[in-house]
Amino acid sequence: MEKVLTNRNLSMLLLAIAILFPLFTDNQYVLHIFSLTFIWTIAVHGLNLIGGFTGQLSLAHAGFFGIGAYSVGLLTVKMGLNFWLALVLGLIITTAIGFVIGLVALRTKEHFFAIYTLCVGYIIYLLLYKWEELTEGVRGLIGIPVPAPIGPITFDTPRNQYYLLLFFLVLVIFLMHRIMNSIIGRTYIAIRNSEELAETIGIATMKQKMVSFVLSTFFAGLSGGLYAAFVRFIGPDISYISVTFDMLMYLIVGGMGTLSGPLIGTLLIVWLSQYLQFLQNYRMLIFGPLLTLLIIFYPRGIAGGYQMWRAKRYMRKTQQLMQPVNPVSMKEEK
Amino acid sequence: MIDILVQQIFNAMTIGSVYSLVALGLTLVYGILHIPNFAHGALYMVGGYMTLIVMLETGVHYLLAIVASIFVVGILAILMERLVFHPLRNAPPTHDKIAAIGMMLFLEALVQLVWGAEYRPMPTPFGQVVEFFGLTVTMQRILIIGTAIVVMILLNLFLKKTMVGATIIAMSQDREGAFLVGINANKVAMLTFFISGGLAAIAASIASPINLVFPGMGHLVILKAFVIIIIGGMGSIPGAIIGGYILGFSESLSATFISNDYKDLIAFLLLVVILTARPKGLFAKGVH
Amino acid sequence: MLVQTKGLTKSFGGLTAVNQVDAEIETNKITAIIGPNGAGKSTFFNLISGLHPPTEGTIHFKGTDITKLRTYEIARLGVGRTFQTTHLFEQSTVLDNVIIGHRLRTKSGLFDSIFKTGRLKREEAACREKAHEVLEFVGLSEMSHRLVSDISQEAKKRTAFALALATDPEIVFLDEPAAGINPEETDGLAELMKKMVDKGITVCLIEHKMKMVMSIADKIIVLNHGKKIADGTPDEIKNNELVIQAYLGGDTNAPVN
Ligand SMILES: Nc1ncnc2c1ncn2[C@@H]1O[C@H](COP(=O)(O)OP(=O)(O)OP(=O)(O)O)[C@@H](O)[C@H]1O
Ligand SMILES: [Mg+2]
Repeated sequence: MEKVLTNRNLSMLLLAIAILFPLFTDNQYVLHIFSLTFIWTIAVHGLNLIGGFTGQLSLAHAGFFGIGAYSVGLLTVKMGLNFWLALVLGLIITTAIGFVIGLVALRTKEHFFAIYTLCVGYIIYLLLYKWEELTEGVRGLIGIPVPAPIGPITFDTPRNQYYLLLFFLVLVIFLMHRIMNSIIGRTYIAIRNSEELAETIGIATMKQKMVSFVLSTFFAGLSGGLYAAFVRFIGPDISYISVTFDMLMYLIVGGMGTLSGPLIGTLLIVWLSQYLQFLQNYRMLIFGPLLTLLIIFYPRGIAGGYQMWRAKRYMRKTQQLMQPVNPVSMKEEK
Repeated sequence: MIDILVQQIFNAMTIGSVYSLVALGLTLVYGILHIPNFAHGALYMVGGYMTLIVMLETGVHYLLAIVASIFVVGILAILMERLVFHPLRNAPPTHDKIAAIGMMLFLEALVQLVWGAEYRPMPTPFGQVVEFFGLTVTMQRILIIGTAIVVMILLNLFLKKTMVGATIIAMSQDREGAFLVGINANKVAMLTFFISGGLAAIAASIASPINLVFPGMGHLVILKAFVIIIIGGMGSIPGAIIGGYILGFSESLSATFISNDYKDLIAFLLLVVILTARPKGLFAKGVH
Repeated sequence: MLVQTKGLTKSFGGLTAVNQVDAEIETNKITAIIGPNGAGKSTFFNLISGLHPPTEGTIHFKGTDITKLRTYEIARLGVGRTFQTTHLFEQSTVLDNVIIGHRLRTKSGLFDSIFKTGRLKREEAACREKAHEVLEFVGLSEMSHRLVSDISQEAKKRTAFALALATDPEIVFLDEPAAGINPEETDGLAELMKKMVDKGITVCLIEHKMKMVMSIADKIIVLNHGKKIADGTPDEIKNNELVIQAYLGGDTNAPVN
């Protein structure tokens, strides 16, 4: 009980800092990078839901990010729709495509699923790239409007955009908390653990995986839609496989299958990349091996490692309580 | 019309040969270790660069440069197996893919750092145009098809006629059984990775003079190779060869008759159709 | 009759793992399935629980045809099972592993979890309560907060039992429950199986440990090379020529133990 409270307090403290932060800085660059971090974290949460919690490594997420971004971009630029309407429509489009792809993709398992989704991601990229009449191809879409004002609140300053993105991020994190701390989340974890076992205890794995997958594409699409209105320029590159790999990296570093992993990993890597900017295209010289080494030696990532450490400590404590004299196990722990 | 068709068939054979070689390496590794090596495309890319650089730096003959490239990439593949896939053999199935992606990203960045990001042409001593059964083609294309066929025959002889080759086959058919009869699984795995890397190097080296050499050259190739081995059955050697040519033909014909822009989509549409109908691949065995 | 198979057959390519098996499992009894390694016992379980579609034949549960049902549908009808290797989530606690076992009796979906509906709270409480109940039943209450990776092989087996029991089954299929544990613990598990039957749950188990099988089974079915070669009471089986040959005959391993 005590633990839950500290966890919650920590989250609240972080949220308070995030809310107060723009009041103490005028540094547009810092606000910009934080806003980008929030956008990517939303997408990484999507990847985490299906890959980290449900155990189905989807490599199509940059594709769904692209669909969300292009939907919003096209609907606002070419059809002159209001951003909010475009975002809602964009989410419907993304999840509808996600649904259809999920129906097919999720019938395949493990390697097949990874390969299939990798190819789906590539198809989406190729379409965005080659279907020039619709997407303008390599030229990309320019002049995407900032989100339309809601009543008196406008979104044309970096600070207000920061708050808008923070709002969506908090919403996504809240949703993920609710889902993963319920039997619904347990169901996904059971599927990740063993699909066979899950089926034999009466879980309709296909249906559950569908829900998880479609929701994960929803997050990717939301992230893409926000990105379009925030960066205001999009090209087919945003849906290239390397973007999925970036998301994957954020996730692995932060901790796959943990709730705080996406934020931790994205914050860390995005900021680190800023400092390593002199490396530019060569940053993968560091991050590539990092990804490989982490998955071999520390697959839990930062958040997972912390969780494990706390679980161990808790275990030690309870064992001490239950068996006051147990010098052997004490020594083993050391 | 007939001319175009014959020309396209020849084209298809050229593309298909390259695809088959890449897919062969991928399928061999899958057969032995049940790993879909996502970094195989990076091996292909390094293979292209090695041949190019060895040729340019030392001035040796194209064919010698290819030999050097085979060894470098083969050893790189062995290192991958030892340092990455072997430690992950008991990890959850997502891990080996993520690790492979990490290596791929690294190799691409490294190549880009050392040799730059430009698209580079590869010179070849086989650039001359010849008449071949009434077709006007470059020697290079004939070389591609010929090399692929020779390599496949040699590989087949190696697998069927040598002790080591038989071991590879045995292991790919029954891993546990192979352990029981005392096969040194580590050695077989390393050898398989060497062959797989070598095949990728050959494929890249013969294909590069008609394509180009650049850090991202492996992306499409690896994706297509995956499509091929799914068509042909993961782990199946004849499947990889036939699948490679099937894809070569479909692409080349659709480039002529449909649209050159979308020819890269063919492979993926093929995959989508196949996996929709048969989630475990076209020639899935009873295993799960 | 609780479960009845007719002409049940499963081929994997050229290999017929289960071949024309007619078997009957009676309500509230302990039925044991024995046979040499590779005889098709696990495959037989996989067929009944719907993990593999049969090549031929039918399976009836309480009179209804379940041959074509999906695995999870069969589980919901009241068929529980464990696996030869436990498949548990090692990095999680015993309790957390078992809670999900009652999920099939709940209806909450994504929206319930997002809005924390009354239904969700009720159902989560029910799952938790069920988990405690079955852990108590299998004798693991003390360990419910231990990580599965930290507990003994026997405790893992008990956890797997608990998970199967949490689904509220009418019958449980246990695949080699006593494999890899010592004789005293084996006796303990045998007791537990009897306790299940007392509670009204039919038990069907695969087991190589003959002493245990002979002492607890009401009925034994013997498979060899995918075929049923005998069935009957332990005494009948002990004296059956075919069975003795199958176990002592040259080409297959004798039972462990
Ligand atoms: N999914 C599968 N694909 C192909 N063959 C299989 C599959 N499952 C089982 N088999 C084969 O079917 C035969 C029967 O296997 P099964 O696991 O049912 O035996 P078993 O009686 O449970 O043996 P054990 O006592 O060793 O557990 C074996 O030859 C096995 O290799
Ligand atoms: Mg078995």
